[in-house]
Amino acid sequence: MDKILEVKGLSQVYGPGCDLCFTSTGPEFESNICQHCGSIVALHDLSFDLYKGEILGIMGESGSGKSTAVKCLYFDQMPYSGSALFFDDTEQKHLFELNPAQRRSLRNHRFGMVYQNPNLGLNFDISAGGNIAERLLMSQVMNYSEIRERARELLARTEVLTERMDELPKNFSGGMQQRVQIAKALATRPPLLFLDEVTTGLDLSVQAKILDLILEIQSELNTAMIVVTHDLGVIRLLAGRTLVMKHGRVIERGLTDQILEDPQHAYTQQLVASAL
Amino acid sequence: MSNGINFAFLDEYAKREIRRSVIKAICIPGYQVPYSSREMPMGRGFGTGGLQLTLALIGANDTLKVIDQGSDDSVNAVNLRKFIEMTCPGIDTTTRLQEATLIQSRHRIPEQSLRADQILVLQVPYPDALVIVEPSEDKRKVMHGEADYSRLLVKLYEDIVKFDEITISHRYPTRINGHYIIDPSPIPRYDVPKLHNSNALILFGAGREKKIYAVPPHCLAEPLAFDDVPFRIEDFTDTNGERRVCKMCGSRESFLDEFIDEQGERVYQCSDSDYCEQQQELAHG
Repeated sequence: MDKILEVKGLSQVYGPGCDLCFTSTGPEFESNICQHCGSIVALHDLSFDLYKGEILGIMGESGSGKSTAVKCLYFDQMPYSGSALFFDDTEQKHLFELNPAQRRSLRNHRFGMVYQNPNLGLNFDISAGGNIAERLLMSQVMNYSEIRERARELLARTEVLTERMDELPKNFSGGMQQRVQIAKALATRPPLLFLDEVTTGLDLSVQAKILDLILEIQSELNTAMIVVTHDLGVIRLLAGRTLVMKHGRVIERGLTDQILEDPQHAYTQQLVASAL
Repeated sequence: MSNGINFAFLDEYAKREIRRSVIKAICIPGYQVPYSSREMPMGRGFGTGGLQLTLALIGANDTLKVIDQGSDDSVNAVNLRKFIEMTCPGIDTTTRLQEATLIQSRHRIPEQSLRADQILVLQVPYPDALVIVEPSEDKRKVMHGEADYSRLLVKLYEDIVKFDEITISHRYPTRINGHYIIDPSPIPRYDVPKLHNSNALILFGAGREKKIYAVPPHCLAEPLAFDDVPFRIEDFTDTNGERRVCKMCGSRESFLDEFIDEQGERVYQCSDSDYCEQQQELAHG
């Protein structure tokens, strides 16, 4: 299998940071606040490989650093230290060594992001079709009818009524907004998709449909995905491999079935037990 | 000068700064160069940006033409011309385009084409085309730097969705030299193609917003559009599909203003008064 992303030693610190930050925080200290300088160590030493078409789950409670990891990889914020290598079609790119224009181009053309809150991923002042058009226009598709056609296709694919494509997303239900967001993320057919708590806050039947949609997309387009969630059900359904995080550290990793059936770390055991 | 005011009102340091900004603007076509817009003896928004450019560029052997919406006789043009005449002893003023070396204009580019030895200065109220999609200037600067204009294009997309055509009537966003998009000041769409491959240097001055930018001679200027929804200019056809004519000179090519005459009839007349007069002279010999 071909590798698409290789992350090594990714760390994120909010605050001034000191030499003792990493050695005085973590699960064994039951805290991610450095007692010496007061900085928050949101993420430390995250390393993983991702392969083409694979879905990797990142699981953990809120504040465990799972969203921070995805936000760093999608350039919403720059990490404190660490490296990430993206294997594009022909070349390899060190994500955190790119200049802002290269980062933006990668973000627009090769990555897709679906946030928990559609507010972050969609522009609520322009129509659903316009939101998809924006991403297509970013990648230099300059033909109006082609943009319309692609937007209509994508919305149909994500089961949004195409008759409503010229309506503002704020008139849509939460589930529909989420689908428009997925359609927008898929507009440029990115090889890598980040999903940050996509089903949180939606009712169960809508959750199931969106998860189905994600699986279909994965098998259809062979898109690699990183799924961040605190929901064990989502992990069980989507992810082939899973990382479990706590206080900014990975405490357990492996095949999803293995982790859910035979958790090794006390925290994972607790997590799995409490879900059942 | 005997009354203690420097030639062209501005002190030499201010002129030098403006000229330096102009050079930078010419070197980076379409880039908005910030400058320290001086206080002028008139309110900002009355053409102080254009006026400062004119004052920094004018010399005693220049011939100046000042236009406001195509006319040499409207209030803004008359006042600016008087002020420049007063503060720049020795210069000539004219209403004839062909005689002018320096032309300051508001909201129009002259009908007839400019020459390489002429400079056109346009007064600009809002220099940044991105202001309609991004309120923060910091972010707009990054967007300009990276040529990130997708949100502006989405605006055009939404226009076509709602109205089947692009509804921007003036200040039409135009890409200069393949990178920066400028607000070409409130000129009508009719004038936008004149920016492209112009013989003369075209300078833009925004006094309130403290920006100078330029479209150098023979530079690419492309109005934003989609491949299959091309940019188009006002066509001035009546309900029968015929081109309206100027009632004064009979021109069928010019940009027309609409009036209601004393009988309550709709009549049309060239917006560029100098062009209209020249056409009438040609007709009557």
